[in-house]
Amino acid sequence: MSEFKQTFNSSLGKKLIMALTGLFLCTFIIVHVGGNLLLFSNDNGFGFNVYANFLTHFPPIEVVAYILYLSILVHALYALILTVKNRKARPVGYAVQAKSDASWSSKNMGLLGSILFLFIVIHMGDFWFKYKYTNEVAFKEYRTDLATGQTTESAYTPASADFSHSVSVENNVEIVRVKDLHARVAHTFGNIWYVLIYVIAMGALSFHLLHGFQSAFRTLGWVHRKYTPIVYAIGTWFFAVIIPLAFAAMPVYYFFCVR
Amino acid sequence: MSNGNMNLTLKVWRQKNAQTAGKFVTYKAESISPDMSFLEMLDVVNESLTLKGDEPIHFDHDCREGICGMCSLYINGHPHGPKRAVTTCQLHMRSFKDGETITIEPWRATAFPIVKDLAVDRSAFDRIQQAGGYVSVNTGVSTDGNAIPIPKVIADEAFNSATCIGCGACVAACKNASAMLFVSAKITQLGLLPQGQPERYRRVQTMVAQMDEEGFGSCTNTGACEAECPKEIKLTNIARMNNDFFSAKLFREESIHEEQHGGA
Repeated sequence: MSEFKQTFNSSLGKKLIMALTGLFLCTFIIVHVGGNLLLFSNDNGFGFNVYANFLTHFPPIEVVAYILYLSILVHALYALILTVKNRKARPVGYAVQAKSDASWSSKNMGLLGSILFLFIVIHMGDFWFKYKYTNEVAFKEYRTDLATGQTTESAYTPASADFSHSVSVENNVEIVRVKDLHARVAHTFGNIWYVLIYVIAMGALSFHLLHGFQSAFRTLGWVHRKYTPIVYAIGTWFFAVIIPLAFAAMPVYYFFCVR
Repeated sequence: MSNGNMNLTLKVWRQKNAQTAGKFVTYKAESISPDMSFLEMLDVVNESLTLKGDEPIHFDHDCREGICGMCSLYINGHPHGPKRAVTTCQLHMRSFKDGETITIEPWRATAFPIVKDLAVDRSAFDRIQQAGGYVSVNTGVSTDGNAIPIPKVIADEAFNSATCIGCGACVAACKNASAMLFVSAKITQLGLLPQGQPERYRRVQTMVAQMDEEGFGSCTNTGACEAECPKEIKLTNIARMNNDFFSAKLFREESIHEEQHGGA
């Protein structure tokens, strides 16, 4: 056990924890952005609400969710520990510091990470907490005629307080009753301040991952002339451009096109 | 004395010893030749200080041909000054403009305490080397130098890393005062060659442990060290060190067998 502790308490071990939790969070946002693309489908939130319901009621996902929350906390905590240690390594700074070639994001990971942490708190408070622990998110009923494929929706008031969801088929009509998170999203994204917070946070995400993704590979020691350019390309184009743009498009789309 | 045509203003960090607080003192460097090295310019300033009965500016130097790693100085925001891939002793005054103000600071790191003025104690690097930065050679007949074939690509990488002179510019340049470029250069140099293989996984663990003990910061893969290194040591060495370290910790323990408890 002491060997184990010694490994993870070393400077390289702490960076390993940062890299592994960081890469896990990278895989998470792929799933998150993929699922949330349902917000763009013009179905009055049917697909999105069913997806949100699945995420909160499928046990394996719930287990992964707890690993995810732990990863966010550990990533932030170790960033703090490492920053304090790094500051201690140079208590007296330089009077003159020349502009270096190093990327802006690599020198501001702490600032970018803090913005993201604040954003995650706001974001989870808005949706995750309200969805799981309050009754602020109303229910909706979707009736799909299985013969024609037509879906109509209406508000639904559950009979008991602990109702979560139901799927049933009556007279060839599929009735799905789920929490209407989509309405909550549309409401939040109708507020210009929330839209701004989300867009700024996605800017921070972009710069954080621009450095973070490839840096994690360096920390793990996975650097090679053959595949490092591919890692850079994925980190830049997929994680720092496509994903933040897709996320930022959601509040912007709802603010300008859905209201 | 000097009869050049450059006149400069120097802002030099003066500090009596590690215990007392230091401050910048401004000096005039007059009639400096552009062909002088930076250290020769300081020699001229020191000569005039000595003649005036003042304490000369203390700075580290030895070979003055860019290979010993003794000279340091953080000049105008760059370790070893503004030129790429040169040490301070090989930096010429023609790299500066006449009338320029030059700020000279010591390396700043907890692990490199100031001895006096611009001279810092870099024995932390020696202790890291002593922790494992060597190849154990037992006595016996000397072996033929070319008896062990080494692929050229391996020899080249090892020799490129071996050009590290241990000056500490990487620590000075790093925003975290991390020593990882230095340590990884030593680990790469020794770990790649066949003679260094037997101790490869023990070495990476002991050297990293000593590096942590000395109070250096961690690597953020920013790359300031690589940009400022007078010997152009590559950042990729750090990735190689990480790889060796994790591999040593996870897979290369001396014995994989569980300890026996109790009876036969």
